[in-house]
Amino acid sequence: MSPTSAPGKAPAGGTAGRRAARPGVHRHPLTRFLVRRVATALLLAVGITLVTFVLTNLVPGDPATANLGQRALGDPALVAQWRAEHGLDEPLPKQYLLHLSGVLQGDLGTSQQSHRPVAEDLAEFVPATIELAGAAIVVSLILGVAFGVIAALRRDRLADQVLRVTSLIGISVPTFWLALVAFYIFFFRLQIAPGSGRLDPGMTPPPKVTGLHTVDAVLAGQWDVFASAAGHLALPALVLALYTIGLLTRFTRSAVLEVLGQDYVRAARAKGLPGRTILFRYVLRSALVPIITVAGLAFGSLLSGTVLVEAIFAWPGIGQYAYKSATALDLPAVMGVGLVVGAVYLVINLIVDVLYGVIDPRVRLS
Amino acid sequence: MSRLSRRRRRLPEAWRRPLAVVGGVIALTWLIVAVAAPLLAPYDPLAQELPRLAPPGPDHWFGTDQLGRDIFSRVLYGARVSIPLTLLLVVLSVLIGGLLGACAGYFGRWVDETVMRFADLVFAFPTVILAMVVAAALGASLTNAVLAVLVVAWPSYARVTRGLVMGMREREFVLSGRLLGFSAWRSLRLDVLPNVTGPILVLATLDIGTALLLLSGLSFLGLGAKPPSPEWGAMVSSGVEVFDSWWVATFPGLAILTVVLAFNFLGDTLRDALDPRTARAIKVRAL
Amino acid sequence: MTLTISNLQVSIGGAKILRGVDLALQPGKVHGLAGESGSGKTMTGLATLGLLPHGATTSGRVDLAGRDLLTMPVRELNQVRGKEVAMVFQDPATSLHPMLTVGRQLTEHMRHHLRLDKATARAKAFELLGKVRIPGAEAALKRYPHQFSGGMRQRIAIAVALACSPKVLIADEPTTALDVTVQAGVLRLLRSLCDDLGLAVLLVTHDLGVMSAVADEVSVMKDGLVVETGPRERVLRTPSHAYTRSLLDALPGETA
Repeated sequence: MSPTSAPGKAPAGGTAGRRAARPGVHRHPLTRFLVRRVATALLLAVGITLVTFVLTNLVPGDPATANLGQRALGDPALVAQWRAEHGLDEPLPKQYLLHLSGVLQGDLGTSQQSHRPVAEDLAEFVPATIELAGAAIVVSLILGVAFGVIAALRRDRLADQVLRVTSLIGISVPTFWLALVAFYIFFFRLQIAPGSGRLDPGMTPPPKVTGLHTVDAVLAGQWDVFASAAGHLALPALVLALYTIGLLTRFTRSAVLEVLGQDYVRAARAKGLPGRTILFRYVLRSALVPIITVAGLAFGSLLSGTVLVEAIFAWPGIGQYAYKSATALDLPAVMGVGLVVGAVYLVINLIVDVLYGVIDPRVRLS
Repeated sequence: MSRLSRRRRRLPEAWRRPLAVVGGVIALTWLIVAVAAPLLAPYDPLAQELPRLAPPGPDHWFGTDQLGRDIFSRVLYGARVSIPLTLLLVVLSVLIGGLLGACAGYFGRWVDETVMRFADLVFAFPTVILAMVVAAALGASLTNAVLAVLVVAWPSYARVTRGLVMGMREREFVLSGRLLGFSAWRSLRLDVLPNVTGPILVLATLDIGTALLLLSGLSFLGLGAKPPSPEWGAMVSSGVEVFDSWWVATFPGLAILTVVLAFNFLGDTLRDALDPRTARAIKVRAL
Repeated sequence: MTLTISNLQVSIGGAKILRGVDLALQPGKVHGLAGESGSGKTMTGLATLGLLPHGATTSGRVDLAGRDLLTMPVRELNQVRGKEVAMVFQDPATSLHPMLTVGRQLTEHMRHHLRLDKATARAKAFELLGKVRIPGAEAALKRYPHQFSGGMRQRIAIAVALACSPKVLIADEPTTALDVTVQAGVLRLLRSLCDDLGLAVLLVTHDLGVMSAVADEVSVMKDGLVVETGPRERVLRTPSHAYTRSLLDALPGETA
């Protein structure tokens, strides 16, 4: 993907699977690789907290102004007390180090908004977003890959043209607007979609295991809860997925076309294998490697989308939490979100790398 | 399955062009609207003197909003807000990202490390979340929203430019220039930059859409344009409050959609015209 | 079984690639097809099995035991491909799928064409690897192409081609991508398979040295036409066509 970098230097993240065969590796390549990945993610998490810290401190916005009422702001003593309570009277570097040392002990600080430990807030909101974004990426992968394969096999024909235009529309629709329109049509007009939130009003969430209501409901065997959770999940997940479906359609198409031009596909045809076998065994297997790379990147854009989609569907996830804490300049909460993002980045990259190994024996065996 | 065809051939020109033509016409129309909005708009976009929440009809093609303003006029005026800012945003990202990326690719070593680690950091962060934090920290205003988008937009140019420049650096004509004693800047300017402009232009065209989506998204969240302004994202946001009056949010959203779509049509066609390897580098980065 | 190509014409996007090619392959004989790159020899091989690139049009006749492969429906043609007529490609590094085991690629078409069960197909694959002299066949079946050297990979590709006991083998520059030291071994293998199994082999190559080593019959192509054809000795020693002479002159060292 990128040109060879200077000797002894790793290419930027993402395509790490390919560096497995570097010479001069002492330790087991997998160990080395994992160490490097975790180090990158840690660096990233520290970088993210530092950036958010600097941003929220070196700029005009004042957390006190954002959090205290007009009357309290007129009283300097009250403001000072509030600042002291939240450690804002310490020098900045010390504030940051205090925060970091807290993080290492599992203490992410207390949200100035909810007055609860940030870790508790995150534990409550993160699963909702994982459920939403997870459903969206699954839908995107299934539909995007299917559409992309069809477009490639029907190249230059009507189906390809139609899919080209529709996938471009998919990546052009403003997510927040689509969410609103979908809500209006399917909830307000047609009344086939349930309202906002994760469950029907009055329904008790299933016993928490994973935090994903759909999964937990199945685990507990509560099928009515599952139906409700899945029903509430469907529309926001589809809205969120539209962009990534378009993206993956376009990308899969070009990946498949590229594989179709490979010698081994012609060799497979020369063996007289049926077309379906060639498609699934020969073509898709190879095309999956670049597709997985892009799907990993696309997950980031899904997280972006959640901020906008969660707002419309009143989905109590990390996107809304990030929005509320960012606008309130709730520093501990914002940094907590940063940590979550770093962790997600790490997990996604690990999944992508493991999948490389599963699909491609050259990665696995070298 | 005889359709598992071996070679990739370009679409016949006649088939590929309509998309670019449609995109070009829509984009051009919006540019004209942005310039001529005062001549085209039937009403003052800010005047609150019409019946409230009137549905679309012969008097008000797009209806009126909850404050009694003509939505058609506001959508037209919205082009003056969003389009110039979006273009400016992309130009600035190209300049900043391109320059940093070119330096990283050309000088390598610590320059490369510093710039690219920074770019990685931004890349790892979901764009909306980072832009939101920046915009919130700077304070809600359209200018700050532009700055926030700029923060998340430059790295894709830096990466692409870096890759192209690194490939270019080893080419003969650049090396011979160095041997002839041209300064690094001179060879960067004369040999390298002209060769990276094509791909960067394609990326920029595709990025206009992304930038507009992000910018209007921030306004939608209340972190960009402020209420009286006929900014499209903010207009959609005001439609949330009265969402049973569907026209309030629908038309500004369609405006965003058509502009983004126009530039994506253009960019996608342009990308096909590039050689496949460069196109692939851009495809991955344009996420 | 003989394969007869008569008046084969191919054009791609308006350009005439083949302008009426005639060839006849006999069982137990290696027919060498020579010519420079661009002369159409590879296209001749591909056209025989209907493997031409998207958008190519063909006319003429490719006759296999009374059936015309060119006009045959794809379903029927798939019964010929790999089963009656098999192919070996130029570069074994790209013509074997990098992510499938050698065993899988050796057995999948046997199981499909010959309806063999897994164990039988594996036993046959084991036998085939021995025939193409791959050591440690049992382990080799579980390995992937990238774990073999270039010469070994081409032997594997030949084993893949032979798996369903085809009557005709089309080998497209099978030694071009290999080291010179490895080439001779692969050629000897092809020759002996041809003799032992009574295969009709079409050996496409630009290398007259390769040709002189194994071919019984030689045809020389230029600009989409066969300009000279005949027994190896006659064509290579007393070329009648000026183009063949120029090809021979360009060869470093001696001829045959």
